[in-house]
Amino acid sequence: MQKSRLRLDGISKSFGATHALRAVSLEVAAGEVHALIGENGAGKSTLLKILSGAHEADAGRMEIDGAPYRPAGPLDARGRGVAMIYQEVNLAPHLSVRENILLGCEPSTLGWIDAAESRRRAQGALTGLGYGHFPLERLAGEFSIAEQQVIEIARALLLQPRVLIMDEPTSSLTKSDTERLFEVIGRLRTQGVSIIYVSHFLEECRRICDRYTVLKDGETVGSGEMGDAGADRLVALMTGRPVADLYPRISRRMGSPVLEVRALARRPRLAPASLRVHEGEIFGLAGLIGAGRTDLLRSIFGLDNADSGDVAVVGQPPARATPGRRWDQGLGFLSENRKEEGLMTNQPIRDNITLTKMRTFGRLGWVSRGRQSAAALRWTAELAIKCRDVDQTTGELSGGNQQKVALARLLEHPARILLLDEPTRGIDVGSKAQIYEIIGRLAAAGKSVVVVSSYLPELLGLCDTIGVMRRGELVAVRPRAEWSEPELLRFAVGRD
Amino acid sequence: MAPTLRVILGKAGPFIGLILVIGLFAAPAETREYFLTYHNFKIILTQTVIVSIGALGMTIIIVSGAIDLSVGSTVALSGVVAALLIQREWGAPATALAAVGVGGLVGLLNGAAVAGLRMPSFIITLGMLGIGRGMAKWLAQNQTVNYDSSPINGWMTTANPSGYALPPGVWVAVALAAGTSLLLRCTVFGRHVFALGSNAAAARLCGVRTVRLQVAIFALAGCFIGLAGLFQLSRLRLGDPTVAVGLELDIIAAVIIGGASLNGGSGTILGSVIGALIMSVLRNGSQQMGWPNYFQEIIIGLVIIVAVFLDRFRRGAKA
Repeated sequence: MQKSRLRLDGISKSFGATHALRAVSLEVAAGEVHALIGENGAGKSTLLKILSGAHEADAGRMEIDGAPYRPAGPLDARGRGVAMIYQEVNLAPHLSVRENILLGCEPSTLGWIDAAESRRRAQGALTGLGYGHFPLERLAGEFSIAEQQVIEIARALLLQPRVLIMDEPTSSLTKSDTERLFEVIGRLRTQGVSIIYVSHFLEECRRICDRYTVLKDGETVGSGEMGDAGADRLVALMTGRPVADLYPRISRRMGSPVLEVRALARRPRLAPASLRVHEGEIFGLAGLIGAGRTDLLRSIFGLDNADSGDVAVVGQPPARATPGRRWDQGLGFLSENRKEEGLMTNQPIRDNITLTKMRTFGRLGWVSRGRQSAAALRWTAELAIKCRDVDQTTGELSGGNQQKVALARLLEHPARILLLDEPTRGIDVGSKAQIYEIIGRLAAAGKSVVVVSSYLPELLGLCDTIGVMRRGELVAVRPRAEWSEPELLRFAVGRD
Repeated sequence: MAPTLRVILGKAGPFIGLILVIGLFAAPAETREYFLTYHNFKIILTQTVIVSIGALGMTIIIVSGAIDLSVGSTVALSGVVAALLIQREWGAPATALAAVGVGGLVGLLNGAAVAGLRMPSFIITLGMLGIGRGMAKWLAQNQTVNYDSSPINGWMTTANPSGYALPPGVWVAVALAAGTSLLLRCTVFGRHVFALGSNAAAARLCGVRTVRLQVAIFALAGCFIGLAGLFQLSRLRLGDPTVAVGLELDIIAAVIIGGASLNGGSGTILGSVIGALIMSVLRNGSQQMGWPNYFQEIIIGLVIIVAVFLDRFRRGAKA
């Protein structure tokens, strides 16, 4: 192995009585892509914050190229060659690409920005990434998320970092954008930049990373060459138990149809789509991001107005397509966007779980907090939601637990037909397994579930029936047994 | 240390602030004699009625994630309308109802425009600030509306011979504050207001009828503001179309000092009322200290900034 670029030894950090990190070690060579893996709460974020200067370690030492590294703050860390790309894009949408790339280090004389020089530098950074064609003067807000991410990476590269940290960079990217990001990472590697790559997608890590370190409960539980480690071994290290099978194996039987969608359309994003969901069925919707899966769910639920077609819930009178009526008909919707649409993150768990049916917790418009709490308590116990009590603000919970709160809302209502949009996005493997199990149990109990997911193994593991969408069109619906991963992908990208 | 301090500030922050400002004026020799007397507190409470009733409505609006800048104009408009009605020999109850109705109507229009046109409440109510003021001046033909006498004049008087009884306005404010507090905390409407302010998209997804809710919020708040206009009339004993300019800023300040967030989703009635009291005590005390007007304004400005800073500290918000 080459001489190490970054070396962490015995890093510990406590917050009050909680040990977030206990004697963590990490070693990354120059030009190496190093996967940092672990469940949510394993200490990854704390470690990244220490590396990027946002937190200070209680104990341990860090070295960059043999010299002690102890950043006084994020700015200092950047100055010493450690740059970080955050999961969420941090651009000023109202500024141009050039201004965003140079933000904070504009070349200037007496306060006047040197336009030619700043264009040259921004252009240089983009060209180095293979994106030299980007129009420098267009506003950053006009670009797609994937393109904005490139702009952010360009900004990080401006200071010629020796270590680049990428936290979940692909969580909001499509497959082809992910491929392009991997090309960028490849270029950086050849330029000798060391990359610490954090991702929940183990397949990605296995593809592009040279080595890995696994954190669990604030400790390093394993590290080594990526080539020697199978995905099963990584999952076993992360969870502390061999996960023979993540997906529920509860026997269930499909009953009669409960939801009938007939030629529902919302042009141009959704071409007429028809599908039928049965009692006890888990129906998966595969496809690329932007293929219209979310549009289909939202139109079914009345969140977006369809321009034609209709939705019939068996045993329920027809109703206007509004979210309120759909809840009344026994449908429930889980948004892919937990923070922005799914939960009220600054409100207590109790109110989040009971929001759809507050009226029933009292009479004449009064809400009985005791009864709300009792209902919420039942679900925090049943779904093993880790929280202090149901008064706790939802935003304080981990991603997996937040998702369980969001799911509990559907169960409390109770919805018979659950529309779940990316139910496991951004949560750790352990929580994912729990969510799968809950979904399996619900279906076994006769509920119907429609799941949108961009993660094909998940759909194949979970569903009875899978439909594929492409460019707003539902192109194929088949029983699970007739699908394979390459086959799903082939339909999703349209090489049939 | 810091966490406990946070809990204390969170539970009793505005209240501690109120005790501090009372202490500030109770201590100096110049004011000690008079400041802590019952009569002075009666005056302070009476002076707080208008701002605190307005703050009840504003709290609902701010918790829902919106803002209302048209309060001062609405207060003037409902006062002018009430004065005109008294001139036409309407009785006190009917006049009071009409004043509340004028406020409610303005609120209804605000809410309908915000929800129906999907425009920011800041813009709509900024427009209404001009429209309401213009309407008030138009109806009053650009002069004060005088009338001989009305029982309404007695609702805010502190010159009561018996000395101890608080004027009716104070009791109305107290009763409404209690009622509104329950409304926000214990009713479906109230919890939906929090839901809307906390995450409008989530509320809609959960079947909350957000358009209707927003209209109801502004209309209800408008009723409070109309009532504040009535008490403004009672205090002036005439309808003045130029009164209460900038009142909305005092009211917003009271709500913010009371711990509400302009981002929506948080705020309490008790906090807002205490916020209004803090400002009244500061005004009253400064007058007795003989401090000039501009000095009071500077102090109140500083208090707003300090209050919000402390509030953020208590939430542990990262700047």
